[in-house]
Amino acid sequence: MNDHFNFRRLFVSGLIATLVAGPALAISKGRAIKLVESLIGEISLMLNSVKTETELTSTFERIVVKYADMNVISRSTLGPRARSASESELRTFKKAFQRYFARKYSKQFLNFSGSQIILKDTQDRGKFFEVGASIIVDGSSNIDVNFRVSDRSGEPRFFDIILEGISLLASERVEIGALLDNSQGDIGLLSKNIEELG
Amino acid sequence: MGFKNSQISIFTLLGVVMLVTACSQAPNALDNDPLELVNRKTHELNKFVDSNFISPTSVGYSALVPDPLENSLSNFSGNLSLPGKVVNNILQFDLKAAGQNLSRFIVNSSIGLLGIFDPANRIGLYENSSDFGQTLHRWGFNEGAYIELPLFGASNFRDGVGRFVDMTLLDPSSYVLKEPVTTYRSVAGVGALLQARQIYGDQIDAVLYESADSYAQNKLIYLQRRRFQLKDEANEVYIDPYSE
Repeated sequence: MNDHFNFRRLFVSGLIATLVAGPALAISKGRAIKLVESLIGEISLMLNSVKTETELTSTFERIVVKYADMNVISRSTLGPRARSASESELRTFKKAFQRYFARKYSKQFLNFSGSQIILKDTQDRGKFFEVGASIIVDGSSNIDVNFRVSDRSGEPRFFDIILEGISLLASERVEIGALLDNSQGDIGLLSKNIEELG
Repeated sequence: MGFKNSQISIFTLLGVVMLVTACSQAPNALDNDPLELVNRKTHELNKFVDSNFISPTSVGYSALVPDPLENSLSNFSGNLSLPGKVVNNILQFDLKAAGQNLSRFIVNSSIGLLGIFDPANRIGLYENSSDFGQTLHRWGFNEGAYIELPLFGASNFRDGVGRFVDMTLLDPSSYVLKEPVTTYRSVAGVGALLQARQIYGDQIDAVLYESADSYAQNKLIYLQRRRFQLKDEANEVYIDPYSE
């Protein structure tokens, strides 16, 4: 009798858990995949339509602002210095960083123009989803690109791209960290300096 | 590589010492770099060698030497490195990979005319990359501290040991080959290096000459690439910018 009762309680609590947690998680995972699908779609469209380098950069910046959490990415590249930065410093830097980022990485996409990107499996990594994709170069050698997506900003956005195991966020933290040292920790000066880079 | 026995034993001794050091290192993040001061000096030396010799020579090499000849030299050199890879596959108990590399070696050495052509690729017998650093990883050794080797570039203690062992002990070709083939092999090896420098030129230039701290960037990229290649997920770089 006792066993039967426990079983029923287990079943009911399981059902509640499924109703509460299950769909919520499923929606996030689905939304993470959808975000990357639509991001890849826009990048393909960009590669097929833009003609000049300026056009490429501005289109890519618009895409990045739409799909990436640039608040958290730009803040993270400043490292511990971000904690003592003012709101306006962070805002100015974010704008400069976005343009620098777009100039630097839009060029890299040109190498893949004409190649196909396919989605692979998506992993639940606890605090974020890692959406796997592969750039098909010529059959024998594919390039793995993973998008780390979180909705902790309020909506699903990617906050890191892992290209063949290399974290773009980690690279930019090293790069911006070194540039910040060169600017003696002055975020205003750093924002001005990165306008000429990328 | 033509090392004499006494040299081999010195390398082996050095290898054992490095191995013991490597074992005593704690599992690593990206900041296991106690030799940073020396490493940075070595990095400047490597950049000097690259910008003055390797990079300009690779440009001239690719301009002067026709592509098919460049490929043949790289194929020839790569083919002779396969037996060493087979040894490592076996040491890792990966008999499938060993069989694939051995078949590839047999096909390319015969039908591929001593390895100057690569018919194995066309029938899907791709190279299964392996080295003694990877073998040590499979045996459970940690990376140890980061180390930038003169001329060879970014490495860590474990893979540095691996490199020495691969070059001195685990290369069957070097035991068998005689002059003048050993010289041809060295020449082809230089050709392969120059071709690779040219093919990956943009990426290498971006890291070495366009980044604000090329030492740190090169280290970061090496460690992550190597861990990705070894499927070393325990040491994967993971930054959560939301919890900073």
